[in-house]
Amino acid sequence: MRHAALVLVAATALAGCAASERRPSAPAADAAPTIDRDAYPSTYHAPAVERIALVGATVLTATGEEIVNGTVLIEGGKIAAVGTALAVPSGYRTVDARGKWVTPGVIDAHSHLGAWAQPESVEAHNDVNEMTDPNTAQVWIEHSIWPQDPGFDAAREAGVTTMMILPGSGNLFGGRTVTLKNVPSVTIQGMKFPGAPQGLKIACGENPKRVYGGRGRSPATRMGNVAGYRKAWIDAQDYARRWDKWEKGGRSGEAPKRDLQLETLAGVLKGEILVQNHCYRADEMANMIDISREFGFRIRAFHHANEAYKVAPLLAKEDICVATWASWWGYKMEVFDAIEENAALVHAAGGCAIIHSDDPIVIQRLNQEAAAALSAAWRAGIRISKADAIRWFTANPAKALGIADRVGTLQPGKNADVVLWSHDPFSIYARAEKVWIDGGIVFDRADAGYRRHSDFLIGQPGETR
Amino acid sequence: MTRRLNALVALLLATPASAETIAIVDARLMTMTGAGEIGRGTIVIRDGKVAALGTDAPVPADARVIDGRGGVVTPGLIQVDSTLGAVEVSQVPTSADRATHSRTISAGFDISQGLNPDSILLPVSRLAGITHAVTTPLYDDRGGRSLQFAGQAAVIDLAQRPQMVTRPRAAMVLEMGEGGAERAGGARGAAIVELRATLADVRHFAAHRAAYDRGEGRPQALSRVDLDALIPVADGRMPLIVKVDRASDIVEMIALAREERLRIILDGAEEGWRVADKISAAKIPVILDPLADLPRSFSQLGATMENAARLHAAGVIVILKTGSGVAHRARELRYGAGNAVAWGLPHDAAVAAITINPARVFGVADRIGSLEVGRAADLVLWNGDPLEPLSQPQAVFVEGIEKPLTARPLELRDRYMSPSP
Repeated sequence: MRHAALVLVAATALAGCAASERRPSAPAADAAPTIDRDAYPSTYHAPAVERIALVGATVLTATGEEIVNGTVLIEGGKIAAVGTALAVPSGYRTVDARGKWVTPGVIDAHSHLGAWAQPESVEAHNDVNEMTDPNTAQVWIEHSIWPQDPGFDAAREAGVTTMMILPGSGNLFGGRTVTLKNVPSVTIQGMKFPGAPQGLKIACGENPKRVYGGRGRSPATRMGNVAGYRKAWIDAQDYARRWDKWEKGGRSGEAPKRDLQLETLAGVLKGEILVQNHCYRADEMANMIDISREFGFRIRAFHHANEAYKVAPLLAKEDICVATWASWWGYKMEVFDAIEENAALVHAAGGCAIIHSDDPIVIQRLNQEAAAALSAAWRAGIRISKADAIRWFTANPAKALGIADRVGTLQPGKNADVVLWSHDPFSIYARAEKVWIDGGIVFDRADAGYRRHSDFLIGQPGETR
Repeated sequence: MTRRLNALVALLLATPASAETIAIVDARLMTMTGAGEIGRGTIVIRDGKVAALGTDAPVPADARVIDGRGGVVTPGLIQVDSTLGAVEVSQVPTSADRATHSRTISAGFDISQGLNPDSILLPVSRLAGITHAVTTPLYDDRGGRSLQFAGQAAVIDLAQRPQMVTRPRAAMVLEMGEGGAERAGGARGAAIVELRATLADVRHFAAHRAAYDRGEGRPQALSRVDLDALIPVADGRMPLIVKVDRASDIVEMIALAREERLRIILDGAEEGWRVADKISAAKIPVILDPLADLPRSFSQLGATMENAARLHAAGVIVILKTGSGVAHRARELRYGAGNAVAWGLPHDAAVAAITINPARVFGVADRIGSLEVGRAADLVLWNGDPLEPLSQPQAVFVEGIEKPLTARPLELRDRYMSPSP
């Protein structure tokens, strides 16, 4: 059976066809419009896989276990088994991981890689904020992303296997997010995580009111922000109703005209698109929850959310994740009350805590940022184990991105996204030595051929290889 | 009256806040001197100074003993290229005094005047073992301001006492490379010519002060305040911090410094490793961000995590910093140093790069930066490797004053960890 699948993959590769096998049927001229739920489809193919046994490591599974002298078996691109001193079946290549640590691939819930690419001082590379209207729900960040951003390479060399790229926070509605596999690719389609839901980036607080208030238009205040959200959701409800009515009416008669902005918001109301909400202050998070109740959608995660600790029980009860840093604070009023213990207090309240980056340097050390958060927890007397804290940059972001059934933990059947670390990942000295995505090696520190794939750096000063 | 008051203040400052004798025992002492590291050592603090240290240093009978078992004592960390003391909230202009967009003051801007010892950033940074900072002006180019210098940096302490300046006017700040080119009209060559012309003006001014005072000097592009401030730079007495990244810019600055007899410190220098031998031969210290590994501009294409290790190996005095001008993230300084170690910098060199090296380069090594008898008790006891996030300070002394291990964020934490009914 596996043989057959391999042959199929080989045939596709031979044909030089990286396109999806899904074949859209050409619409007849008079047919009613069909909204393609998977426009711009993923063309990602898992890298070549082999059967691998990582033997002897300390394994953090991100399910709460720390396994000493652990073995991780990878087969067919999936985790086959994880345990202490497992026998290695024949046909596996053994990687000696004694003295080292193994974790799931690092997942960043908040990145702008590719959309604000290196060299970032070059304005031509800044495609992250469509700051032309408070509502730009119609834009998709994937159409801004340059796969040659050297930041992708640096993140991969640090163990980042998956990341959500979001549009910026200048607008109330910034646009749709995209979730990527961190593999070298010439096209963005080749990086898209197959089947990952899109998100909608919305932003509360200072950014939208500053951007538009500064232009003498609404929103200029926080109340203006909220009025702007409500108006948009009212329009979205109306739009969704018109389409529902037409669908229920057997798609007869004139179809409503598609509106890309409202289509995104209607996708949220249907639960197909996940709300990713830039929001710092506790009181504003509570306002956003009220808005979501008024219009019947859910907020998947509050991003930055530096005051989450003030409303941690509320966020746990609402099952809203908190994606935050340990160290960032003080750059504006709404982060004045940020504390290093934010993630720990969310975690301790039973909530879903995530350490995110929002930054091309921080994405390379989410493990260290998590270590700083864990250290602050210990200083406060909050007992959180490394086996639990590892979830902050693996399993919990997978949940926020809607892909927890496939990645984020080392469990049989999950995609084999795995990092082999030189040391305890909560140590400052830990470096990713090898990184696998879907069972295929994408980084090996011992092999210079895996470093710096970006075309941009070819022939430039420095070290491309 | 005022004079008496000043005398009183001076007396108070001269007296250490605590006359207590303290002994930290059974800790690893990273002295940052020729003595190197002392395993299981004792360090005695008396009258605010280091009174004794060593494996066999006797513990005075009257000493309060701090058990340092399993811990490490380092000199207090020094955060350079920081705006500590000059900002509360970055985006609230009225809370920030770290840059001027005046069209008449640039080199004359002295950041040591107008600092805030009550800044809540100081205790936050102390919790990361930072006891001093080189507070360094930033640029504010609003309104097309194109003056070449940012102003003068100062060494400050984080003890939160009224007099917080350890050394005012410790260096002049100049951005060359891309930023310098932009201010000079869009070309690197123009910025270099402008700098040379300015130095010539300053020297002429210095040689003809009396004539200028009579109103007979030749016309000057710079204000009198700026000219005055630049005299020690032109004389080679005040170091000039030059912010550059590209290898070719570094080479230009080395040549310029040699010809103009300037004392320069390179800041940034992301491509420094490519010309490490030249920097080393010119005996120029380098301030660098060890995490800067991306080609963030066309001047930083060669950026690499190994910059610190390679410069150190070439014999360059390396000083490590975290994000340029960022006071709030000062507490990540030790993590940056840890990353430099992970990418090849020896551990003791990394600690030196955030203690004794900046103390020497900024002229305060006679007071701080090392553990030595007679030096100020400016040190931190850590419960493990100071560069590891999972380690925390157990005691912090700033120039003889023991500081409580608390700060506003910890008070906020405590309020919400145990909510009142």
